[in-house]
Amino acid sequence: MSLRIVVTVKYVPDATGDRHFADDLTLDREDVDGLLSELDEYAVEQALQIAEAADDAEVTVLTVGPEDAKDALRKALSMGADKAVHVEDDDLHGTDALGTSLVLAKAIEETGYDLVISGMASTDGTMGVVPALLAERLGVPQVTLLSQVSVEGGVVRGRRDGDSASEELEASLPAVVSVTDQSGEARYPSFKGIMAAKKKPVKSLDLDDLGIDADEVGLAGAWSAVDSATERPARTAGTIVKDEGEGGKQLAEFLAGQKFI
Amino acid sequence: MAEVLVFVDHVDGAVRKPTLELLTLARRIGDPVAVAVGAGASATADVLAEHGAVRVLVSEAAEFADYLVVPKVDALQAAHQAVSPAAVLVSSSAEGKEIAARLAVRVGSGIITDAVDVEAGAEGVVATQSVFAASFTTKSRITHGTPVITVKPNSAPVEPVAGAGAVEELAVEFSAAATGTKVLSRTPRESTGRPELTEAAIVVSGGRGVNGAENFAIIEALADSLGAAVGASRAAVDAGWYPHTNQVGQTGKSVSPQLYIANGISGAIQHRAGMQTSKTIVAVNKDAEAPIFDLVDYGVVGDLFAVVPQLTEEINTRKG
Ligand SMILES: Cc1cc2nc3c(=O)[nH]c(=O)nc-3n(C[C@H](O)[C@H](O)[C@@H](O)COP(=O)(O)OP(=O)(O)OC[C@H]3O[C@@H](n4cnc5c(N)ncnc54)[C@H](O)[C@@H]3O)c2cc1C
Ligand SMILES: Cc1cc2nc3c(=O)[nH]c(=O)nc-3n(C[C@H](O)[C@H](O)[C@H](O)COP(=O)(O)OP(=O)(O)OC[C@H]3O[C@@H](n4cnc5c(N)ncnc54)[C@H](O)[C@@H]3O)c2cc1C
Repeated sequence: MSLRIVVTVKYVPDATGDRHFADDLTLDREDVDGLLSELDEYAVEQALQIAEAADDAEVTVLTVGPEDAKDALRKALSMGADKAVHVEDDDLHGTDALGTSLVLAKAIEETGYDLVISGMASTDGTMGVVPALLAERLGVPQVTLLSQVSVEGGVVRGRRDGDSASEELEASLPAVVSVTDQSGEARYPSFKGIMAAKKKPVKSLDLDDLGIDADEVGLAGAWSAVDSATERPARTAGTIVKDEGEGGKQLAEFLAGQKFI
Repeated sequence: MAEVLVFVDHVDGAVRKPTLELLTLARRIGDPVAVAVGAGASATADVLAEHGAVRVLVSEAAEFADYLVVPKVDALQAAHQAVSPAAVLVSSSAEGKEIAARLAVRVGSGIITDAVDVEAGAEGVVATQSVFAASFTTKSRITHGTPVITVKPNSAPVEPVAGAGAVEELAVEFSAAATGTKVLSRTPRESTGRPELTEAAIVVSGGRGVNGAENFAIIEALADSLGAAVGASRAAVDAGWYPHTNQVGQTGKSVSPQLYIANGISGAIQHRAGMQTSKTIVAVNKDAEAPIFDLVDYGVVGDLFAVVPQLTEEINTRKG
């Protein structure tokens, strides 16, 4: 029996670019390049490894985002995923984490799944909540923040390295997994992979297809509101000295002046 | 006055500092009611009372240790039902955010994560967040349901204030989902005796410039002279020089200490995302063009192998 893996991937603005807020206090996507969230590459990698280890498996990558988000899907397909699902709808603009998880959960159910794999956090919102929200909404176990993961005989096992302890976890499929960037380097798409990706199916869904009302999502449907966003004033230029043999002592003097010593 | 739920982060009854900070913030909005679960939960009551908790709801069921996250969500949901709070505050640890998120769905509320400040506003609780690698500051509100807010460590002072601290047993009915993810084993992290990275007032970090695991002794010596925690860049962690649990940055810990000292760290955006809200920033780097110098209050352009030991010695001398 085939193992159906759905990987959630987010299209995010390049963190090294200048990110801004638009007038409606959502992310201004106009003048920043987007890409597949780097942390989701680790999720794609683990999905591909699990699929390779299984007798028969299929990896679907799923994104919720604007037209350009197809770029993120293409990247994942060129890494080796089999097919893609793109949820795209003008009414999605400004959706919060709860709304995003609602849309993702419906699209995952629509696609059919045994295992969902997500990144530990996006590189823009960086909330790190969507995988837990998906588990809650889908009513399946969450096996999250794994630095090591394996699937065998309908059971997922993994290691979660937390603040105070390292835990070995286990759950039966279906389940939602999220992986950290300690889970293993993500592969680069090969030329062959890039060419093959062009022929792989990308299915588009909108809110109607998922039976979601426009007022459940978007800026109006968000249960949190941003009232203001101010650019942090540039730090006032600090003192910079060149070490001529007394650099450590000078630094100590500064720290003493600030009452740290 | 309205009650505010504070989810207690503790290890076998020892309350972590971020929870005491939450109690300070909770008092600005209402009367703090603490929810403590797991082994040792009752032992937290005295400290919580000394920091203003009016009630402490306790459950010590075995489920909290044996299964991941969901039992804690069940407990917080039971407390939410019992108290009808004006807000729910949880620490912004990885687990704290997961608990808060699932609770938000269950009780039909919006969620704000990684707040750095919380205050009462005309239209309800207002949370301040620091976003896009701390380049923007936003003020947000929950518009639907009970505000569920996770707060970053070091966002508020710890202020002892006597509270009644009445201990009550919290009745938790575990959901079917509670036993979904088994914790097969738990290996506690060995204590270094140094402060917790996210709670420390001073953090001393080393990066690729430290050039070897053995050289981290120089960084540790400086940290010890200041009573500081040790941090590391991802480059140093990936090279195997220091444990991943000490990584500072986007995929490591996010720290906000009074003083951050970066040694041999260039200041890549992903590193900055985890330390840019530090109050005072100091760097030692041999490259005058390193981006970290754009952030510093004080920077030394020089070889860390000369500057850092001299600094440590000077501090130890001054301490006498
Ligand atoms: C600066 C900023 C601050 C925000 N603050 C809040 C807030 O306080 N409260 C709130 O409710 N919303 C907030 N949002 C909106 C929220 O970030 C996004 O709506 C939402 O996509 C989920 O959060 P995240 O990107 O942080 O995801 P995370 O929870 O960090 O994402 C984890 C994983 O979930 C998957 N995933 C997440 N989004 C998608 C997607 N669109 N398509 C496919 N997979 C996905 C990916 O696998 C990802 O690696 C904020 C957004 C920004 C840009
Ligand atoms: C998705 C993603 C997530 C990431 N998450 C993180 C994260 O959480 N944390 C993180 O730190 N990085 C993270 N990174 C990596 C980040 O992009 C950088 O690669 C990393 O921070 C570089 O570490 P570094 O500054 O130690 O090394 P480098 O950038 O190589 O800098 C080393 C510095 O040391 C200086 N130096 C060398 N020798 C000496 C000497 N003897 N004395 C003084 N100075 C010296 C050099 O001048 C240089 O500036 C992430 C990257 C990605 C893609």
